[in-house]
Amino acid sequence: MKIAVCVKEVPDSGPLRRIDPDTKRIDRSGDKSLNAFDLNAIEEALRLKEAGGGGEVVLVSLGPDRALESLRKGLAMGADRVVLISDAAAVGSDLVATSYALAEAIKRESPDLVLFGQQAGDSDGAVLWAAVADRLRFPVISQVSELEVANGTVSAKRQTEFGYDRIQAPLPAVLAVSDALNEPRYPSLKGIMGAKKKPQDVVSLADIGVSADRAGYAGSRTTVTALNSPPSRGDTQKIEDDGSAAQKILEYLVERKLV
Amino acid sequence: MSTLVFLEHHGSGIQKPSLGVLGKAAALDPDTSAVIIGSGVAGLAAEAARYGAARVFIADDPRLEAPLPQTRVDVIAGLVNSHGFGNVLFGASVLASDIAGALSARLDAGLNWDLTDLDIEGGALVGKRSALGDTVLVDVGWTAEPRLGLIRAGSFEPAETAGAGAVEQVAVTLEDFSTQAQMVEQAHEEQTGPSIEEADVLVAGGRGVGAPEAFKELEDLAGALGGAVASTRAVVDSGWYPYQTQVGQTGKTVAPKLYIACGISGAIQHKVGMQSSQVIVSINKDPNAAIFDFSDLSVVGDLHEIVPKLTALVAERKG
Repeated sequence: MKIAVCVKEVPDSGPLRRIDPDTKRIDRSGDKSLNAFDLNAIEEALRLKEAGGGGEVVLVSLGPDRALESLRKGLAMGADRVVLISDAAAVGSDLVATSYALAEAIKRESPDLVLFGQQAGDSDGAVLWAAVADRLRFPVISQVSELEVANGTVSAKRQTEFGYDRIQAPLPAVLAVSDALNEPRYPSLKGIMGAKKKPQDVVSLADIGVSADRAGYAGSRTTVTALNSPPSRGDTQKIEDDGSAAQKILEYLVERKLV
Repeated sequence: MSTLVFLEHHGSGIQKPSLGVLGKAAALDPDTSAVIIGSGVAGLAAEAARYGAARVFIADDPRLEAPLPQTRVDVIAGLVNSHGFGNVLFGASVLASDIAGALSARLDAGLNWDLTDLDIEGGALVGKRSALGDTVLVDVGWTAEPRLGLIRAGSFEPAETAGAGAVEQVAVTLEDFSTQAQMVEQAHEEQTGPSIEEADVLVAGGRGVGAPEAFKELEDLAGALGGAVASTRAVVDSGWYPYQTQVGQTGKTVAPKLYIACGISGAIQHKVGMQSSQVIVSINKDPNAAIFDFSDLSVVGDLHEIVPKLTALVAERKG
């Protein structure tokens, strides 16, 4: 079985994350890593490959050349190769443009299964899989907390606001998995050493047949128009437990008449 | 301008978040229509009219019975193509997010998500959302029609306001790939015990609680405070605690007087379900846990030491 996993490099979370006031986009100049939610999708792809006794796990991503460094973590975990769409004309791509480029790259791979993590850690986006599935004309199942593949069919348990559904779809299909589905493995030393030698194809938009007007700002349909400070939560306090934290919490609650 | 609002239904009623969006849309744009998609749903049209819809489109077909996204994309895309709606809005949910994402691709239409407010500025629709863990608020716009928007649940309270509610039946044409995913078993809403939505005090546990047995410590504290125990998706998916106690995007939205978060990292999916709590106290070993960014009292420490001590202190005080 051939599995494509869509992954993304994101800025590390923490106080240094910011939006560039000039471009009004997330500042991507600081430390970066592979989107943590994508690790669950990679892990599941590796388990499916191992259980099925063969196949290939291909990481597909859109980003600058230097994103390869973050994507290598997926190779170190055990993925077989990377296809990275890297093109100056793709900078600023929103959902419309990103889903188009990814779908065109995935079509060239003809995978049996396309996996996504449950969200992007930077934009909090949780919609890309549905857009890519529509462009591929594949069935889609999201919020998957359990999955099985047998006889060309995927059976998935998904969680919604109302509880758990069980949904079946024929392959090829697109699935977005929850971060509770599995515990991603740590790359072994051997895996890390071997990652650099695995195939890492950096392709341009032209290589995958995407014209420049369908990518980047030109191919996008949304904008950010203004940045503002959020309302403050008021006075907040932070304490470290030195043995007296429980007492301090009690006093805090008593002051606010919550006990 | 004309606006279409997707109304999600479950059982015999329309979901509150989508009615809230309908009311807001009707206030901004008198030419607001609603669409209801399912099997045997004609009876829901009157409810849509009560919340401000000038027109209600009904797509009623046995193939639309299961609440799956792709068939609904076909219906809404057909309506947008035939009626030229400028805005298509959704109250966020698992189903609505999948529909909106796919519709963005189908129509090459811009989608802004996690919106907490909508406005008209200079004749154009503007969305408001917070970003980067709510450290910044951004105004977002669209460069072309139709403009697609997913609105965070709880952003708008449904308000009754009469709309004309002229009902139109929609002919349903589905793409071949849209019916490939099949519902094998649909979730039943389970209700046992008191609802966490009604408790004044919630003691919530995340994966950091460590083990299902350790939830006893949280139950003891909740008991002493006269509250209930809540949980996160990770805990529920792992089978540590029942689904009815889950707070967050795919669980319940709560707003108690006091929310004590124990061993919860503070992922956005959890946050959207509890950020309206009046006072948030968080206990976490990790000093960089995201939950501390939106807590009133942040406590860095081991919950297994702090929680039992706090339980004893509360019990002692109450005598």
